[in-house]
Amino acid sequence: MASQLPEPIVEQTYYLNMGPQHPSTHGVLRLFLKLDGEYIIEADPIVGYGHRGHEKMAESHLYEQFLPNTSRMDYLSGLLFNHGYVAAVEKMTGIEVPPRAEYIRIVCAELNRISSHLLWFGTYIMDLGGFTPFLYAFDDREIILDILDRITGSRLTYSYCRFGGVAKDVDDEFIRATREFIGRLRSRWEDYHNLVTKNVIFIHRTKGVGVINRETAIRFGCTGPVLRGAGVAYDIRRAEPYSVYPELEFEIPTGAAGDAFDRYMVRFQEMEQSLRIIEQALERLPEGPIRGRAPRKVRPPKGDFYFAVESARGAVGFYIVSDGTGYPYRLKVRSPSLSNLQVLTETLSGTLVADTISILGSVDIVVPEIDR
Amino acid sequence: MSFDDFKEGLGALLEPSAVRPTDFGKRGYSLQVTAKRDQVEPIARVAREADLFLEAMTAVDFADAFQVIYLYNAFGAGSRVRVRVAVKKGESLPTVSTVYDAALWHEREVFDLFGIPFDNHPDLRRLLLPEDADFHPLRKDFGKVHGVRSTDEIYGEPTA
Repeated sequence: MASQLPEPIVEQTYYLNMGPQHPSTHGVLRLFLKLDGEYIIEADPIVGYGHRGHEKMAESHLYEQFLPNTSRMDYLSGLLFNHGYVAAVEKMTGIEVPPRAEYIRIVCAELNRISSHLLWFGTYIMDLGGFTPFLYAFDDREIILDILDRITGSRLTYSYCRFGGVAKDVDDEFIRATREFIGRLRSRWEDYHNLVTKNVIFIHRTKGVGVINRETAIRFGCTGPVLRGAGVAYDIRRAEPYSVYPELEFEIPTGAAGDAFDRYMVRFQEMEQSLRIIEQALERLPEGPIRGRAPRKVRPPKGDFYFAVESARGAVGFYIVSDGTGYPYRLKVRSPSLSNLQVLTETLSGTLVADTISILGSVDIVVPEIDR
Repeated sequence: MSFDDFKEGLGALLEPSAVRPTDFGKRGYSLQVTAKRDQVEPIARVAREADLFLEAMTAVDFADAFQVIYLYNAFGAGSRVRVRVAVKKGESLPTVSTVYDAALWHEREVFDLFGIPFDNHPDLRRLLLPEDADFHPLRKDFGKVHGVRSTDEIYGEPTA
């Protein structure tokens, strides 16, 4: 009589394509996963779907013409990229920036950082299955976008900085609205922490998940909250002080374990520090011009230069090789998400498929910034 | 381990003329190193032992050769190092991915955009462009460019 037992389970590796059109991959990222049951053996992130050739474009554009491109790389913290590029060219050419413009830049940059972190917060929790915090976060973020929209003229792809200053002066209404927003967001922390940080499901899905320790972060060149979550207090705003950051008081929050929860907490504390920075900058905001003396056509001297700023995701650097003309000979953008995504090739192996969402979300990548 | 250890390690590895200090405030890096092809990996090892990280890697196309740029940085103030190595057209470069995993993708990107191959790289595929692309866009013979320069014109020193 034939056996009634079921056929033995055949063990084989299984390949899974996550993306490029998956809502939790935040843009067009494709994760090629090699699976053993529910466990990931190998993860291969495939990028480049949004490659527009910004670096090649730079070579045929004047320095001024390339400015709008910078805010289209990382569309969530466009002002910080804007600032980085403008500051790099200013340093190369020796253009002076009036103090008022520097302070305005810092206020806008930190507002942009908060809006980027709020969007990350909302979408991350939504990826993990909580819909309500998403609406809370977007409610707050909308106010920042309105404030910045009034002053810069756009909601996302700001081209607000100019060589030697900013495009438009701020007014009393801007200062009033920003102060009001600081108070509002501070009163919201408790809601956020009660809704999410103390939530048992959230804690289980992030504590001890996706550990990136100091050694791994260094090997992969991670920066930003990923590195700080691993306990390294490295922030370009302090390590290579630029603009008026040396005059302002703020701390660099760090984690200890380097897991998804630590990265979450680091970003939260960063938002608090950003509020402190904005508050101080608004108090000290000096009177004066918003545009310094800048040549009509920028022609940096021959040589190569590198200038970095701290974006919401880590160190953004502009490596510019100038041949003395108005066109950059070579412009390389060091984007933080590239290194922060690459570390997942190691971190994802050995974890569960379900944790992929939690780990990928906690690293906070913006794919167009990787693709450039 | 610190940036000074790195400088010491470099001194033992390279001739004194290959390492030059620069003004960090003006250039954005405080040390410039001109390396030869076979020194690329030893420099990475010294950097790794001194707790530096590979911040970025790129290349520049000149009429005479490619210049491959490595940017190392320590977690300190003003401690960025620019390492420059010349690669003749059609030649390859040893990988540093054995020392820094970050180089796995950086080298893929340089290969993708410039067509410089890296010896012993475990997985040298294109990174940003589709795998069936038959061009390397950041070369100066591709697309619209404003003149091709020689290395000396920009870096003001002869090609090593």
